[in-house]
Amino acid sequence: MNTDHLISVIVRDEPRVLTRITALFGRRGYNIKSLSVGTTEHPGVSRMTFVVQGDRGIVIQAIRQLEKLHDVIRVIDHSEEKFVDRELVLVKVRVQTSEDRVEVRQIAEDFRARIVDVGRHALVFEVTGDEGKITAFIEQMRNFGILETMRTGRVALTRGSNADIPSHVYSGGPSRALEPLITPEVSAEASL
Amino acid sequence: MNGAQALLQTLIQHNLTTIFGYPGGAVIPLYDALTGFPEIRHILVRHEQGAAHAAEGWAKATGEVGVCLATSGPGATNLVTGLADAMLDSVPLLAITGNVARPLIGTDAFQEADITGITLPVTKHNYLVRSADELPRVIAEAVRLARSGRPGPVLVDIPKDVQLEAFGGVIPTPHARPIPPAPSEEALETALEALRSARRPVLMLGGGAQDAAAEVTAFARAWRLPTITTLMGLGTLPASDPLWLGMPGMHGSVAANRAITEADLIVGMGLRFDDRVTGKTSRFAPNARIVHVDVDAAEIGKLIRTHVPVRGDAGAAARWLTQRAVPFALPEWEAQLDVWRANTITHDTWSAGYAVREIVSRLNPDDVLSTDVGQHQMLAAQLARFEKPRRWLTSGGLGTMGFGFPAAIGAKLACPESRSVVIAGDGGFQMTAQELATLTKYGIGVKIAVINNSYLGMVRQWQELFHEERYSEVWLGDSNPDFIKLADAYGIPGYRATNEQELGSVMDAWLNSEGPALLEARVPNQHAVYPMVPAGAALEDMIERDPQEAQPRKEETR
Repeated sequence: MNTDHLISVIVRDEPRVLTRITALFGRRGYNIKSLSVGTTEHPGVSRMTFVVQGDRGIVIQAIRQLEKLHDVIRVIDHSEEKFVDRELVLVKVRVQTSEDRVEVRQIAEDFRARIVDVGRHALVFEVTGDEGKITAFIEQMRNFGILETMRTGRVALTRGSNADIPSHVYSGGPSRALEPLITPEVSAEASL
Repeated sequence: MNGAQALLQTLIQHNLTTIFGYPGGAVIPLYDALTGFPEIRHILVRHEQGAAHAAEGWAKATGEVGVCLATSGPGATNLVTGLADAMLDSVPLLAITGNVARPLIGTDAFQEADITGITLPVTKHNYLVRSADELPRVIAEAVRLARSGRPGPVLVDIPKDVQLEAFGGVIPTPHARPIPPAPSEEALETALEALRSARRPVLMLGGGAQDAAAEVTAFARAWRLPTITTLMGLGTLPASDPLWLGMPGMHGSVAANRAITEADLIVGMGLRFDDRVTGKTSRFAPNARIVHVDVDAAEIGKLIRTHVPVRGDAGAAARWLTQRAVPFALPEWEAQLDVWRANTITHDTWSAGYAVREIVSRLNPDDVLSTDVGQHQMLAAQLARFEKPRRWLTSGGLGTMGFGFPAAIGAKLACPESRSVVIAGDGGFQMTAQELATLTKYGIGVKIAVINNSYLGMVRQWQELFHEERYSEVWLGDSNPDFIKLADAYGIPGYRATNEQELGSVMDAWLNSEGPALLEARVPNQHAVYPMVPAGAALEDMIERDPQEAQPRKEETR
């Protein structure tokens, strides 16, 4: 069954690491629906969140292939634990009349969307939330006319007080973060 | 000390002292440094593809890391085929390339190619070295990566100015040899249960089990498990062992393919269920539970459903299961296997199969046999009888024409006491034939057999079977060189055989001569290799023998 799967990948911040990972997805024909990348609290370590479409088998294979990459410190399959996820979207909505303007602002308030730009015939909203909320907001705005949207892609963190990567992995600062303390052997073992 | 010297010192530390390479502008500092390191033996090839395959031959024959070296741009891109080959066959390889100086990188400079970008999908990992000081650390890590888990190629790209930059650090001691993870007891217990309840069991061994040959052989014998070795695993179980069923897959033995189809348990160790092995995956081993032991978690369940995944070292798994062996006593299954075993093809008349059979029957267990790719390769795989692992070098995953000859050079240098024999076709040999010069330069005693049927024989076979005998662009007979003269041009003695008698009379002279020698066996061009499972068909749909055997085939009309 084709569904969306949310995967976070913690990687060494090396040149070409993004290419290496997206090339792996591309070559094997796994479609990336969204991708967001950012630095972490640890220098030298970045975190990527993917939404991959496919059946469970494809996702397991994608995770195992990712775990083989030298740059990958850890892969987190968010379907295995409770998580929070968010996406930020900018939506430019057409407003023709003053009635439209009032109505659009009211909807935005209901969704806790912020107006970040006001033009003569358009407003730009910033919405943050999970996928359902954003989809619902965009559906509401469709009646007025959406000029364009830009989505960041989903980001996710596991719930609870544990970090996905225990801090001792990074102890001693950035140089340690680049050492292969979590070897591919160990992380792949954990997935079976 | 500069970066180039630090690099060579690091290679010596790692005992990687044979390098197959070819100089060029961006590696001149490295070649300059070589003059100060007599411990390092550099073998000058005639094409970088030859360097990569020779390094593969070294690695396949020994299990140690092979090293190849090329300059930037075209030198580096010429390595790509060898890297892809090593990637698919899990060959530990260290490829070192020069690149343009750091300030020129990314400017489309002369002989610049983004080689780390180009080789991304065909290496386990690659590095662009940014300073001389990090060079020894990168090399150490690259060697560790090439060896660890499932072995493979790693490329280190070194800008020219990094080679010249002063090195102020210390050369680190090599990483400890990586230890493959041990399989979990829990998984092994499940595998043991599966074994105990099996009535038609089969063991399948791939190239990943070859370094555990002693353990897996003991396992097979303790349980009395009928055993199949894949193309990459030939020699992992001695061919003389009565348990051996041959090779599975597209040109596998009748016994191996029928056994897979009828088995109720398949224990696969160190193999990845390649499509050439499985045939149509949905009909692979339809009645069997599958136990899959592999060091690479990503291979387990990738292509066929696995009932018992055992992630880890094949040797450790085999030892554990051997200790708990309950030998099978399955007279019906064994009788059935014997019936299938008896179904083999003889090669009694002059043909490629006859020539290959005669060559391989003269080999000793210590000889290394390399092949190129095509009909002669499949014939050699069917007919050779390997008693030991790492004596059979062939391009399995990528099917690289041009592989065999340079690989045989690497093997001869790695195992100077062993004979190194390569069987090639007339097509593939010409893809790397310029390495005849390498043989001459160093007096490397590789014995070359060119099985010349004047065709790209395997393509011809497919055109015959699946394209109504439309032989499109596969005829080489009108333009092949005189292979004896070609060898002679490099100062290498040549022998020709055009029938059984000639072959018989030149064989010993060719095989037992000092130094390199070439044998050309001119064989009829219309033969095909059987058994054959058509691409995309199930193993049970195997065509056991040549359907046209009785009737004459369309003769040459050129």
